[in-house]
Amino acid sequence: MSKTVPVHLRVNGVEHQLDAEPRLLLVHALRDHLGLTGTHVGCDTSNCGACTVHFNGQPVKSCTVLAVQADGVEVTTIEGMAKDGELHPLQEAFWNDHGLQCGYCTPGMIMAAAGLLERNPNPSEHEVRHALEGNLCRCTGYHNIVKAVLDAAKTKGATVSAQREVSA
Amino acid sequence: MTTGGAAEQFIRVAAETTEAAPSPSIHVGQAMRRKEDPRLITGKGSYVEDINLTGQLWAAWVRSPEAHARIVSIDASAARARKGVHAVYTHEDLDIEASLPMIWVPPEIEVKTPHHPVLAKDEVNHVGDPVALVIGDDRYAVIDAVEDIVVEYDPLEVVVDPEKALEEGSPLVHEQLGTNKVCEWSLGGGDLEAGFAEADVVIERRIVNHRMAGAAIEPRGVLAEFRADRLTVWSSTQVPHFLRLFLSILLGVTEDKVRVIAPEVGGGFGSKLQVYAEEIGCAWASMKLGRPIKWIETRTEGFMVTHHGRDQIDTIRVGAKRDGTLTAWHAKIIADLGAYQMLLTPAIPPSSAFVMCGVYKTPAVQTDIVMVMTNKFGTDAIRGAGRPEATHMIEVTMDQVAHELGMDPLELRRKNFIPPFSNGHETPIGVTYDSGNYGGALDKLLEHIDPADVRREAEALRKRGVYRGIGFSTYTEICGNAPSRVIGPKGFGLQGGGWESATVRVHASGAVTLYTGTSPHGQGHETGFAQIVADRLGIDPAQVDVIHGDTATGPFGLDTYGSRSLSVGGEAAARAATKVAGKARQIVAHQLEAAPEDIELHEGRFSVRGSPDKGMTLPEVAGAAYVPDNLPEGMEPGLDEQSFYDPENFVFPFGAHACVVDVDAETGKVSVVRWVAVDDCGPAINPMLIDGQVHGGITHGIGQALYERIHYDESGQLVTGTFVDYALATAAELPSYETDRTETPSPVNSLRVKGVGEAGTIAASPAVVNAVIDALRPLGVDYINMPLTPMRVWEAIHEANGGVRA
Ligand code: FES
Ligand code: FES
Repeated sequence: MSKTVPVHLRVNGVEHQLDAEPRLLLVHALRDHLGLTGTHVGCDTSNCGACTVHFNGQPVKSCTVLAVQADGVEVTTIEGMAKDGELHPLQEAFWNDHGLQCGYCTPGMIMAAAGLLERNPNPSEHEVRHALEGNLCRCTGYHNIVKAVLDAAKTKGATVSAQREVSA
Repeated sequence: MTTGGAAEQFIRVAAETTEAAPSPSIHVGQAMRRKEDPRLITGKGSYVEDINLTGQLWAAWVRSPEAHARIVSIDASAARARKGVHAVYTHEDLDIEASLPMIWVPPEIEVKTPHHPVLAKDEVNHVGDPVALVIGDDRYAVIDAVEDIVVEYDPLEVVVDPEKALEEGSPLVHEQLGTNKVCEWSLGGGDLEAGFAEADVVIERRIVNHRMAGAAIEPRGVLAEFRADRLTVWSSTQVPHFLRLFLSILLGVTEDKVRVIAPEVGGGFGSKLQVYAEEIGCAWASMKLGRPIKWIETRTEGFMVTHHGRDQIDTIRVGAKRDGTLTAWHAKIIADLGAYQMLLTPAIPPSSAFVMCGVYKTPAVQTDIVMVMTNKFGTDAIRGAGRPEATHMIEVTMDQVAHELGMDPLELRRKNFIPPFSNGHETPIGVTYDSGNYGGALDKLLEHIDPADVRREAEALRKRGVYRGIGFSTYTEICGNAPSRVIGPKGFGLQGGGWESATVRVHASGAVTLYTGTSPHGQGHETGFAQIVADRLGIDPAQVDVIHGDTATGPFGLDTYGSRSLSVGGEAAARAATKVAGKARQIVAHQLEAAPEDIELHEGRFSVRGSPDKGMTLPEVAGAAYVPDNLPEGMEPGLDEQSFYDPENFVFPFGAHACVVDVDAETGKVSVVRWVAVDDCGPAINPMLIDGQVHGGITHGIGQALYERIHYDESGQLVTGTFVDYALATAAELPSYETDRTETPSPVNSLRVKGVGEAGTIAASPAVVNAVIDALRPLGVDYINMPLTPMRVWEAIHEANGGVRA
């Protein structure tokens, strides 16, 4: 085991201080050190997107980022999306539209979709499909995921970025 | 052509008629949103990896980089010396004598089955074969230690091609068995010779149904704890009850002391219908070390050592008269099972045989299967498990016959459809379909899509170098595994039953828990089953908590696979709930001084027919049942009923799918631009869940047809071992799907339902292939094998034009 370094993480608006190996992946820091197990790992080649979180409001694959790189960054995970008992419009839409089955890809899908709606509040179906290209789902065939994202876009408030919500 | 002993044992089953459910459908049939979702959309689901126990250690496996080799030596000294490493185990350390299980013992047929150890002994037989197990403090430490273990191998000759493996003089995967051939198995009926003799045309095609993966997005994982003589194993599995039984057998802990929990499971598609070496090995290590052991599969491991599916080379011959009447089908299947026979490995190819009649009234049908071992990982059930292969053969060949006869492919299908039937149709091979209306499903499909429109579009597009084609698939399949006397030891030969259990427990407050023996992993049982139970008890589905996947909570169950959960497990739930309602009626009748026959469910109350104001709610009945001072004479207290339901037959969902593709003739790239599906799985319990299953199923089939392939090179190296090489379709490659249903009730169960988890996959791949061939016929292409990658399509176009391969 290599020596550890101090890492300062700010996740869903909460500050954390940890001593971590420099090679510790952000996803493992979130899951194993902070207990935020909503962010999943589905591959070892940065293909599946199950680990998607927001890095200063931008979706990133947290299996591809070292925890030390997140020092000083505003990280948002799926656990930070619902506010005051209110689901995020994307969460609500995934529920209404049966946008998930096993749920394993879902946190990553929602985070990736939130990133899209931030950049493009009124995407076309084509745009939604291309924006989710980095996220794999084996259960749904994407049909209802795409529908949910389009429906969430129609819902007022869906475009509020996770980052702004956190800092609000 | 002979039929094997097992085939003769495949008892002809008459469809049974059961009385319709007595309760009104209030929640059943509604597209209710799912009860499981609030936790999953907020990151609160608990998958195996999310569970941690105090004192837990991590496991990692040293795996063979060779496809076939003798193990000369293993040097683990450096790994053992590492800080944070607790143990390194090799075969000698493991005192597990029994083989990993395979449960198919067909009467009168010998299935050559190699011993399958948890850790390789002396020899490795496929890439990824586990050689050593490392236990250490954390997930990074054990991976470091794995790198430090030096294994010396002496390579042996490798065989990866199943046809070569059958040749005289082929290298043998398991020398001691003296052959690579596992067994031959046949099923047939009708006079095949006469059928071909009266045919005007006979078509033969070689159809390769390549190997694919389940590729659930959640990798497998195990957490095992042995504490105070009890073994608890959390596993990402579809079969917690099977796993408990085999943990008990392999590790010598009695079944009552073993508990298996399948927590949230992130997809399975058959790949988690298995008893894996890693599950047994981690449990063994937890017993050895007295510490909880956790292992989480990497994706790379997942492609190597989570079982694969399909991998058949099919030669199909079909005879037809000039007018299109089919006279005979003969399928010869070479099934590549890989290096070891896993839980159901050799029992999967026969599932192709069971549906080789398709939806057609062909008088003579025969399937002959040869199963063979190669130096690849094992195949087993992957979504559809044998039926996609059969449907692919049948439906692709139907289009080939239509072309040969100069007939419209749909006209050919209609000419041969089995006419509508509602209570049993016996096929020549002895399988009795429950109900079907194949023409009805096709009619409904054509309400949504007109092939003439597609042809017009195709013409316009051709000017731009885009070739548009349309392909169809009209299918039926066999699911709802099922009747114990048919699939069990004396029938087909599985060493188990096919029933399912359910317990409906009404608590003293009136809250209701349903324990089901099925084990969902994304299908939505918590919602659908709650809808079924709620209607029978006059309550809201929100009041029914559905517990599954924990062997300590309910009765023995047989888990989830083969699209069995609803038609077997859902029916068991309905029956248990009906028993509870029956007892409730007696209690209410007694308390209100009425006859039990006069008590009906009315607006959420058990009330007296004709006087709806006289009645009791479920909580009131529960109160009376648990404070039993006024129960009918001789009635036991409590409101808690169980059902073990063993169906009389399988169920046979069916449907019609249409696929429209565009092929870029320059690059060979195929795009699916439209998909219309009409599926019939009987009356819907929750139409939203059905659509979801169909969407996912179709995508799995499109994936196989266009993108996905588990490919080993000649030296047995797995070439497509990551998501970089093994291409799952993404949202960007797919269209939105157009789905509709017909509802033909099944006579088999009181819910009238059939399964739908695999139907989309079973239907899909031939529709894609037919569409691509249809698109490319103007370029002279008549047939291509899957996967229809750009290169393969491009080559087919160039070969058809007499062009030279690039
Ligand atoms: S875990 Fe698959 S992309 Fe991060
Ligand atoms: S819902 Fe299962 S992988 Fe997407």
